[in-house]
Amino acid sequence: MAADSLLWRIGGGGMLVAALLKITVVPFGEWTLFDFEAGLVWFNAMDVLVWAFVWLVGWGGNSAHALVGGYRFLALAVAYELPLMFALIAPAIAAESLNVGTIVAAQSELWFIVWMPVAFVIYSVGVVAFSVWGPFGSSLGSDIAGGVAAELSGVDRLVFFAGRYGVLVAGAAFAVPLFLGGGSGAFLPEWSWSLLKTVLVLAAFVWIRRKIPLMRPEKFMEVGWMLLIPAGMLQDLLVAMVVVNR
Amino acid sequence: MTLIGDVMFWALGVIAVLSGVAVFWVNSMARATYALAISFVAVGLHLLLLDQAYLGVITILMMVMEMAVMAVYMIMFMGMNPALMPMSMVHDKRLSLVIALVTFALLAAGILLTPWPAGSPAPTEGVTMALGEALMESKMLAMIVLSPVMVATIIAGVSLSLHRGRYDRYGDDLKRPKADDPQPGGVGR
Amino acid sequence: MTLEMVLLIAAALFSVGLYGAISQQVVVMVMMGLELMLNGVILAAGAFWWFLSPEPTGQVLLLVIIAAMTIEMAMGFALATLVHRVRGSDMTDTASELKQ
Repeated sequence: MAADSLLWRIGGGGMLVAALLKITVVPFGEWTLFDFEAGLVWFNAMDVLVWAFVWLVGWGGNSAHALVGGYRFLALAVAYELPLMFALIAPAIAAESLNVGTIVAAQSELWFIVWMPVAFVIYSVGVVAFSVWGPFGSSLGSDIAGGVAAELSGVDRLVFFAGRYGVLVAGAAFAVPLFLGGGSGAFLPEWSWSLLKTVLVLAAFVWIRRKIPLMRPEKFMEVGWMLLIPAGMLQDLLVAMVVVNR
Repeated sequence: MTLIGDVMFWALGVIAVLSGVAVFWVNSMARATYALAISFVAVGLHLLLLDQAYLGVITILMMVMEMAVMAVYMIMFMGMNPALMPMSMVHDKRLSLVIALVTFALLAAGILLTPWPAGSPAPTEGVTMALGEALMESKMLAMIVLSPVMVATIIAGVSLSLHRGRYDRYGDDLKRPKADDPQPGGVGR
Repeated sequence: MTLEMVLLIAAALFSVGLYGAISQQVVVMVMMGLELMLNGVILAAGAFWWFLSPEPTGQVLLLVIIAAMTIEMAMGFALATLVHRVRGSDMTDTASELKQ
């Protein structure tokens, strides 16, 4: 039984591609690379690609530890993805659009984070989780010899980890148009506000890395389904009621 | 439709069909599953070419997710570990092939012989918005019917695949204060 | 790109899926065949809407197909789990009788 290097390389390189494709729908000031009608769903579709890529890296290497890591990620993914979807719905309901630019425009008076804090927290959990980061890094855990990345070395390792950091950055960048008013701010031009906010969110994600203990996938699964999904649905309900009565 | 659109259409079509064939051709379970995922991504991109932004992206989203889960089921249930020794797990191969070819011939004949009406081209602006409004207004019944069917599916799926029911977890008289689970959950039940 | 061309590709996807659904012995592989058939149906429905339909509400049909796919998948996984637990394998041939 040989390693499946085709799938392995697709998985390793794919992370970076998914991260770049996510960034394309994020508006920076007046520029958006890909001003897509359903930009929000596009972002969601790209973060589902991460499921496939992480598992493929785990499978392709033909190593027990890497495969255990891949399974850990899928177990975690089932728990974080649905709450993340409910969190993404909230800004879309409030802006009555799936287009990211329209969502930014809808926040000209009040940033969405003010009245959708729960959705923002769930979204952040989702971003940290799909970046295999900090408390959700069990599939790269040292208890399984580096997990998914156990067999990666050289350029493969560089590209995989660049992709992983890229996914985290993309998640931070997407939080800005979604919840933090996009480029709105005083004095500075819009694009610089977008960048500044992205850096701040990213700094929070990096800071959180060692602050919260590792979540075990099977335990977090119940947290996701019993706490985060109902909380996300209540948030959506609240937003919908506000929008209907506006 | 521009030249680029035509080239993309044909490239995606060839990819979709070839990766569809690969599903039943390759020996590796992981490759078979992800070949199907590629086929779905190609069809999703086709839908994007046909101006159905939301449906195209949602097809990619759902199918990649589903194939990631499908791969786990493949490896879990294929038995006899075909990952280690490639084997043929088919019956009636020749008959199936004939049936598939005859079906394709019939469909192709129907497609080519039918005088399709020259319909007015679909709108390219605000398609997603129109879909949302159709779901919430004129075609709401479709979604109203789908939602109880979905709930029934969840319940049926859980009850079919359930390994340990409530009597296993809470005892025969359901009086155990804390569920007896092999793996405790994170909410502390 | 004409309607006939798109439909031919859809028909090819459908036929390949049909081959898989008939010939495969493992429940999960049969499901993959069914999915591929529905893949062709999605493409055909999208093409019909784009080339023929004068109104945008025709897209709802695609959403219904996608929903049907999720239901097929959920029930397929549940049945595969059940058959595997009861019979120890998930070959369709072993599940041909109600009692064994």
